[in-house]
Amino acid sequence: MFDRDLWREIFQSINMNRTRSLLSGFTVAFAILLFAILFGVANGLQNTFAEAFVDDASNSIFIRAGRTTKASNGLQAGRRIQFKNKDYDYIKEEFGDKVQYITSRLYRNVNASFRNEKNSYTVRACHPDHQYLENTKVTYGRFLNQSDMENKTKVVVIGRLVEEDLFIKTTPVGKYINLSGIQYKVVGVFEDDGGDNEERLIYMPLTTAQQVYGNNDYVDQINLTYNPNLKFDQALDFSNLITEKLKDRFSVASSDQRAIRVRNLANEAQAINQMTTGLGIIILVIGFGTLIAGVVGISNIMIFIVKERTKEIGIRKALGASPKSIVSIILIESILITLIAGFVGLFIGMGVVELAGPSLEKYFIKDAGVSTSTIIGATFTLIVAGGIAGYLPAKKASRIKPIVALRDD
Amino acid sequence: MLKINKLHKSYPIGDSSLHVLKGIDLSVESGEMVAIMGSSGSGKSTLLNIIGMLDEADEGEYVLDNVPIKNLTEKKAAIYRNKFLGFIFQSFNLINYKNALDNVALPLYYQGLKRKERIEKGLFHLEKVGLRDWADHLPNELSGGQKQRVAIARALAANPKLLLADEPTGALDTKTSHEIMEFIQSLNDEGKTILMVTHEEDIANMCKRIVRLKDGVIMEDTFVEQVRASQYV
Ligand SMILES: Nc1ncnc2c1ncn2[C@@H]1O[C@H](COP(=O)(O)OP(=O)(O)OP(=O)(O)O)[C@@H](O)[C@H]1O
Ligand SMILES: [Mg+2]
Repeated sequence: MFDRDLWREIFQSINMNRTRSLLSGFTVAFAILLFAILFGVANGLQNTFAEAFVDDASNSIFIRAGRTTKASNGLQAGRRIQFKNKDYDYIKEEFGDKVQYITSRLYRNVNASFRNEKNSYTVRACHPDHQYLENTKVTYGRFLNQSDMENKTKVVVIGRLVEEDLFIKTTPVGKYINLSGIQYKVVGVFEDDGGDNEERLIYMPLTTAQQVYGNNDYVDQINLTYNPNLKFDQALDFSNLITEKLKDRFSVASSDQRAIRVRNLANEAQAINQMTTGLGIIILVIGFGTLIAGVVGISNIMIFIVKERTKEIGIRKALGASPKSIVSIILIESILITLIAGFVGLFIGMGVVELAGPSLEKYFIKDAGVSTSTIIGATFTLIVAGGIAGYLPAKKASRIKPIVALRDD
Repeated sequence: MLKINKLHKSYPIGDSSLHVLKGIDLSVESGEMVAIMGSSGSGKSTLLNIIGMLDEADEGEYVLDNVPIKNLTEKKAAIYRNKFLGFIFQSFNLINYKNALDNVALPLYYQGLKRKERIEKGLFHLEKVGLRDWADHLPNELSGGQKQRVAIARALAANPKLLLADEPTGALDTKTSHEIMEFIQSLNDEGKTILMVTHEEDIANMCKRIVRLKDGVIMEDTFVEQVRASQYV
């Protein structure tokens, strides 16, 4: 079926009928072009959503405390709940098997100065695990470590923007920075994709901060990531269990929404996943819709071509062409036109997406593009589409009676 | 070569039908050259098309080269058309985007011959009709007579036993007609069986036998003294 002579026949016929071949390919080229652009844009939107998560690991749970709004166990409403180190230890012990990374957080605002440069920043005191919870990238030096925690050393890791503000002429690592009157040694500089605010933070060992800012063991917030093997439902169950246990621990009414607040990113991740899936389906529907329109277009034009070539097909049959050879010619011609037109559309579409990509970023479309797997998928789809488009016309052609074709009118 | 018995053919026209062939009995031996004549609409082309397996009879028997032709599948019919039969038409029916050589070689393609062989044989037959130098010309670059000679070369290419020609000179002037007839006569001299439909008395007299149709039946079937076309060219 795929001998060289058949290809010669097909190319000869396409070449001799360039206009109509071009015409019939146009719809498919247009369909694929549209598809490529939509697909690229959808990809870009998906990338933007994905980006929203690069700051925090998507398996994060944030635990905060507030004031009670309901009386319970004989305690009045309005009581302030304060987490302490022992609560951190409790969670670690109680749920150790489900916890991946865990850290406490303590916030303080400080006035920082280095030589003549001054500015105010927020100190975020934490455990060394914090680095993994926030996807913090250390660019110079190191992050906080266990020995800092144990020795309550006066060290800090500063954000990229803090470095930019204060360390104009020199590198920060190894230098001493003054935070509200106390000298700390800068041991590292970090970057964070979470935005400028994240990069304007100063990390300090939790133990150091607790000693310096109150000499107590208070904690503002506890963050953790759960074992990534947990399924969505298990993750929700897990955060509900934490909520329940902590409410119990602090004698908070189980209906109190303010005193213990547990936020599970799995919830939000799922919402966004559903949204991108929905978007993908819409794009697919639109893409297939246009492709089907293209297929119908090609099929129509192929039928027209068959009609136009009725006499030729009749002559071929009179000369001994088998029905199979007639079907092959029409079918392969259809597939070839579809494929070539499809690729033209695909590459123009990819070019458009590539060129327009940078200017799309303000519409929340980032790194729009079409992947190799899409191209391979498109190729198969086009072959199938061409086959479908050619089927009816080929059938029609094979049914042409030589006598009908040769009648002189 | 072929034997036809009580052949009937009708065409449906609206609710009724047009009875075109009303019991044709005809038998042609190998090496004969037969002219089929008759007024317009008498069923000449219909008969020739049935003989050529381009159309099917409603009733009656048709045996070609000892093969009964009845209820053939498309595939079988294609093979017989390719092996047994060569067609020459009034309007040449060349494929307009193929050059003379490719047109002549087309039946060989359907015989499954290799390209090299097809080119060889195609050129040989073009040589035979005196058009070797025109091998790579498209049909619209040829005169009517040249086109018909290409068509004849194509009909001959597959080396058929029976040549069927429907008014082969119908679209040609007298001089060219005679040239074509001279060539067809030479083919018959070489032993090819030839059946041709014609309106012209002088062309018919260049055959060896004339069958006259009227209203779907054979009115007259006579052997004639063949007039050689060479004396006119
Ligand atoms: N496919 C068809 N459907 C309906 N009627 C047909 C069909 N083919 C032929 N006819 C009719 O059958 C009759 C015989 O047609 P045919 O072509 O055999 O005549 P002919 O003898 O070859 O005429 P001419 O000399 O004009 O070519 C004509 O009346 C024609 O109109
Ligand atoms: Mg006729």
